[in-house]
Amino acid sequence: MIWDSEFALSILPDLLQGLWVTVQITLAGTVIAMILGLVVAVIRFSRLPVVSQLFNFYVQFVRGTPLLIQAYCAFFILPNYGLSFSPMATGIVVIGINYSAYTAEVYRSGIHDVPPGQWEAAKALNLPIGATWTRIILPQAVRSVIPLLGNYLIQMFKDSAVLSAITVFELLAHAQAIGSNNFRYLEPLTIAGLLFLLVSYPASQMVRRLERRLAPAH
Amino acid sequence: MSDVITYAPLLLQGLLITVLVTVLGAILTVVTAFTAGLARLSQHWWLRWPAGVFVEVFRGTSLLVQMFWFFFALPFFGFQLAPLTAAVLALGFNEGAYGAEIVRGTISSRAAGQSEACVALGMGRALRMRRVLIPQSIPAMLPPFCNVMVDLLKNTSLVSLVTVADLTFRGQMVRSTTGQTTAVFLTILVLYFVLSSLISLLMKWLERRFALDRRPKSRRDQPGPLVKAGMPV
Repeated sequence: MIWDSEFALSILPDLLQGLWVTVQITLAGTVIAMILGLVVAVIRFSRLPVVSQLFNFYVQFVRGTPLLIQAYCAFFILPNYGLSFSPMATGIVVIGINYSAYTAEVYRSGIHDVPPGQWEAAKALNLPIGATWTRIILPQAVRSVIPLLGNYLIQMFKDSAVLSAITVFELLAHAQAIGSNNFRYLEPLTIAGLLFLLVSYPASQMVRRLERRLAPAH
Repeated sequence: MSDVITYAPLLLQGLLITVLVTVLGAILTVVTAFTAGLARLSQHWWLRWPAGVFVEVFRGTSLLVQMFWFFFALPFFGFQLAPLTAAVLALGFNEGAYGAEIVRGTISSRAAGQSEACVALGMGRALRMRRVLIPQSIPAMLPPFCNVMVDLLKNTSLVSLVTVADLTFRGQMVRSTTGQTTAVFLTILVLYFVLSSLISLLMKWLERRFALDRRPKSRRDQPGPLVKAGMPV
């Protein structure tokens, strides 16, 4: 028998611990990506000279380079300049920044879809620009893109496995460690894959339902 | 920085492997995307169902897990894959699963009138797909496929973790020999950025090439007001 159920069962608690770390990374990374992405999107949309172009380049560059290399850069270069963080903290910040470039695009499409009449009405009512953003534009823009943001959250959950390369001890790293300690890779890697699927598949079904519910009102 | 220049040939070798993996992966991605995407549109459940499972499994799990599974776990079934093979298989199947959803989505969103017209003309399902639905869908497929291809390129950096000597792998080697961490990694970062920009440009060109309403390249090519009807343009 190739598959050893007893072994599989014995390593399950360890892998679940790894899954919990993966979930933590995802949640913390999501918070960074959602906030940073929103800031980037608003700045890009405001058409400030130079600054907006700088952030355009930021989005293009971050989207055009691999997460793994970004993680390596943060993990290996920063300590040379006296900035040393734990692998976990580095990983969360890197994946958060990486996904902020994607969420910025998502927010942009949401902001773009707000009808121009909303802007004009805000101007006609003499609303200050800050209030126009926070009270009028963003609530409508964010609402319509929540399902898209949800998809990126799931994507981040799966991508966080890359962080095992900078010694973040998440689900895949647990599976690898078990594999090399016991010379059995089949069970830990299969279970790790199933655990990823077990979380991401229902999550994507939920996002799909959310999509139907949050279909734009206007 | 001078150390990086000394070791440039090594990085260049890695770059070639990265390009090779990307090209092989792209071929497998397109083949997988169309096979699985069309199978999901089939009227036979025995085609639809396995394709659905394939797509959900490869989309639902992490690419790195899949790559490790092909490399470390498959030998337990008696298949020892070369690192490059395992890497390309994982990349192609993973991105292909995303591509399959693009293929399925764009084909099933064609106007119903197109299918109805084909039925009215007595076309079979296969002919309808081959001559009408797929050609019409390609322009709509290209922008999302551009994202998939850029993702594919970026994900090739993961093949270094299953010992394929790509750009990332060579970069790590040069880093550990010279200690020039900053220079090496920033060089690699820029190289990947250049590659992904090239892919974007290529896909943009394809988009223009396949656009349904192809326009003349510039205003100059359009017949100006001085050109009278019937004059050779």
